[in-house]
Amino acid sequence: MTKDFEKIEDLVQSLLENEGKDGVRLQSPDLAFLKVEATQARHFIMDLRDHYGFTHLVFLTAVDYLEEGIFTLTYMLHNYDTHWDIGVQVDIPRENASMESIHDLWAQAATYQRELKEMFGIDFPGSPRLDEPFVLEGWHDVPPMRREFDTKEYSERTFFPRPGRSTNDPADHMRRKLYPEE
Amino acid sequence: MSMEKKEKTGNPGESGKTAPQETQSPDSIREVVEAMGESHGTSRGRHPDGPPGGAPSDPGGSPSENPDTQPGGYPGQAPATDTTLFCDARPKVEKPYRGIIEKFLNWARAESLWVLGFGTGCGAIELRPLMTSRFDAYRFGVAGRATPRQSSVFVIGGYASVKTLKRIVRSYEQMQGPKFVLALGSCTINGGMYWDSYNTINRIDQYIPVDVYITGCMPRPEALLAGFMKLKELIKAGKGEKANEYAEHFDWYKANQKKVIPDWDMPDYNW
Amino acid sequence: MEPNLLLKIAYAALSLFIVFNYGLLLTATVARIRARVQGRIGIRIFQPYLDIIKNNAKRSSISHGVMFFLGPIFRITGGIGTFLFIPMIYGSVMFSNFSFSGDVLLVIYFIFFGQLGMALGAGEGGHPYSAIGVSRGLAQMTAFEVPFTLAIIALAVQHQTLSITGIVAAQQGGILSWNVFTNPLATLGAIIAFLGMSMHNPFSVVTAPQEIPIGPPVEYHSNYLGLLQSNRAIFNSAKLILYMNLFFGGATNLPVMIVKTFLIYMINVVIGVSFPRFRVEQSIRFFLGIPTLIGLLGLLVAVW
Repeated sequence: MTKDFEKIEDLVQSLLENEGKDGVRLQSPDLAFLKVEATQARHFIMDLRDHYGFTHLVFLTAVDYLEEGIFTLTYMLHNYDTHWDIGVQVDIPRENASMESIHDLWAQAATYQRELKEMFGIDFPGSPRLDEPFVLEGWHDVPPMRREFDTKEYSERTFFPRPGRSTNDPADHMRRKLYPEE
Repeated sequence: MSMEKKEKTGNPGESGKTAPQETQSPDSIREVVEAMGESHGTSRGRHPDGPPGGAPSDPGGSPSENPDTQPGGYPGQAPATDTTLFCDARPKVEKPYRGIIEKFLNWARAESLWVLGFGTGCGAIELRPLMTSRFDAYRFGVAGRATPRQSSVFVIGGYASVKTLKRIVRSYEQMQGPKFVLALGSCTINGGMYWDSYNTINRIDQYIPVDVYITGCMPRPEALLAGFMKLKELIKAGKGEKANEYAEHFDWYKANQKKVIPDWDMPDYNW
Repeated sequence: MEPNLLLKIAYAALSLFIVFNYGLLLTATVARIRARVQGRIGIRIFQPYLDIIKNNAKRSSISHGVMFFLGPIFRITGGIGTFLFIPMIYGSVMFSNFSFSGDVLLVIYFIFFGQLGMALGAGEGGHPYSAIGVSRGLAQMTAFEVPFTLAIIALAVQHQTLSITGIVAAQQGGILSWNVFTNPLATLGAIIAFLGMSMHNPFSVVTAPQEIPIGPPVEYHSNYLGLLQSNRAIFNSAKLILYMNLFFGGATNLPVMIVKTFLIYMINVVIGVSFPRFRVEQSIRFFLGIPTLIGLLGLLVAVW
C-alpha cells in the first residue's frame, strides 16, 4: 500500500522494480511522472487505482510533439490518503491516433476522451458519445489543437478581421528598429 | 472608459440591398405576420420548429439516437436538408411613422428598454450589478426580460464563439419591432484578445447590426450605463432603426452568418 | 330609460379609466416602496405607462392563430367584467357601475374566466413553457378558489344577500360592523386566498421569471403584452375593491377607497417580500388544508 512508503521516491522506486517501468521524473515531494507503454497503460492505471490507492482521476490530457510524431497522453491520478499525484505518460503515434478507453474505470474519463477526440483527433473506441460535437459544432477541418493547424491563418480566412489593427509587441518593435531593411 | 459610435466601414457586399417581398402600406405601423403565410404559399403551419432554443419539445432529451446518423451530427435537431419543416419568409422593412407621433413613440421606447436575459459572454457579469442596489438600472427604465419576444435590447457581452453566434442570431431574429443591440468589449469590435482564435468571431457587426459599442474588457457598470444613455439619445433622435437595416441587407448578413456557422439546421429567418 | 343607460355607460367608462390609472400607479408606487426597502431608488412612477406605450408601439407581432389572439382578449374581458359589476363607491350614482343582486357569483365567474381564456391562448402559442406555466397556474387557481368561495358563501349566508351592494350596506354604521370583525374566520380564509390570487410570493411560481421564463405569457409580445399589462392593472384594482367591499366596509368616497385598497395591497406586499416560493404541489396542499378549514368554520359561524 502507498501508506507504507515514506516518500514518493520510494513508491516510484518500488513501482519501477515491481512493474518494470521507466522514465521517472520527480517533480516535487508529492508529484511524480512515469512513462508507460501504450499497451500496458490501462492495466497499470487499474493497478494504481486498485492496489496503490490512487482512486481519483484528476485529468487526462495530451501534448502534441510534432517533431517526433507522437502524442503524449498524461493521466494524472491522485491519492487521497497521502495526497500524492502520479502522472502516467503514454506515447502514441500521431497517425491514426487511438488509445484504450478508460471510461469504465472512471465515468468522467468519457468527457475527457470526447474532448481529446475533438481537439486532437485521438480515437478511444468504446467511449460513449465520442463523436458528438463537444465545443465546436460542425467542424470539418483539422482538429484544432494539433500543431499543424494554423489558427491565425484560419481566423483571418474565415472571420472578418478589422483592418487597421496595430501591435505593441516588443519583439516586433525591436526587429523593426534594428533591422529596418528586412 | 470611452465609447464610440459605430461607423459602418464595410460595404453591404455582393448581394446589395434586397427589396421587401411585398409592398407595405406606409400607414400601417405594425404588421401582423399571420403565420407568414400571406407572402408565400409555402409555410407549413405556424411555427418552424417549435420553441426557441432549437430542441423540439422533448423534456427528457433523446440521447437514444446515434448522433452519427443525424445529418447535422447533432442529436434532436431537425436536419438541415429537410426544408419542408421550415418557413422561408424573409424579414420586412417596417416604416416608421413621421413627425410628432414617431417622436413620442421613440421617447416611450427609449425610456422603457427591456434587455434580453441572455448573457452571451463575459459581459454578462457586468449586467448583474446593474440591476442591484448600487447602480440600479431600473430607474432608467432598463429591466430584464426572459424571452426574446418581449425584449427590445440585446446586449452582446463580449466574445461570441461560433456556437453562441448561432443562438445570438436565432434570438435576435425572434425579437420584434424596433430592436437595438449593445456590443460590449473589444472582442466585438475587432476580436479583442481572441483575435486569432479559430472559434470566436472578430466583428459582430458583420452578422447582426449594432447600435452602440462600449469599449473595455469588460466595461464597468458605469460605462454600461453611459452606453445605455447614448442608446437613449440615439433612439430619441430617430436613429434606432437597425432592425430595418437588417431587413434591407438581409442577404449579406445571412451570407456572412452561413459562412461562419457550418451546421445550419434552422430556418433562414427565425421569426 | 335610454339616457339613463347611456349615462350609466359613460359613468362606467369613467370609473374604468380611474381604476386603470389607479392600478398602474399602485403598481409603480409599491415597486418603488419595495426598492427603497432594498436600498435602491426604484422605477419611475409613470414607468408602467411607458411600458404599455412601448409595447403597443412595436412594429411587428407574430400571431399563432385565432386562439392565441383571443387569449389576451379573454383576459381583459375577465378583468373589465370583474370590475364592472363591483360598486366602486357605495352610495354614489356615478361609480356604482352595473352592480345588481346576485353579482357576487358573476364576479367569481369572471375572476376564473380570464385565467381560463389565457390558458387556452397560451397553449396555442406552441411554446412548451407556456403549457407548463398554464397547468401550474390553473392548478393553483383551482386550489385557492376553495377557501375563497367558502368565505363568500359564508358572507352571503350571513347577510342573506348575493348582491355586493347589499353586503356593503350591511356593513355600514361604524367600524365594528365590518365583516372583518363580524366574521373574522371568513375574512382570514379570503385573505389567504387573496395571496394566491395575486401571485405574489410564496405563490408566485406561475409567472416567476427565474422559474420558467414568465410562464403563460412567454410568447405574448407587442400589443398582446400591452393588453395583458393593462389587464393586470384593472384586474388587480378590481380584486382590491372587491375585497374592500366584502370585508372592510366599502368606501363612501374616493380617498377612502384609495387608502383602504392601498392598505389591503400592502398586506400582500409585506407577506410577498418576506417569503420564498412554494412549489405548485406545496401550494395546492396548503390551500386545501388549513385555509379550507378556516373557510368552513367561517361558514359554520355564519350559519349559526
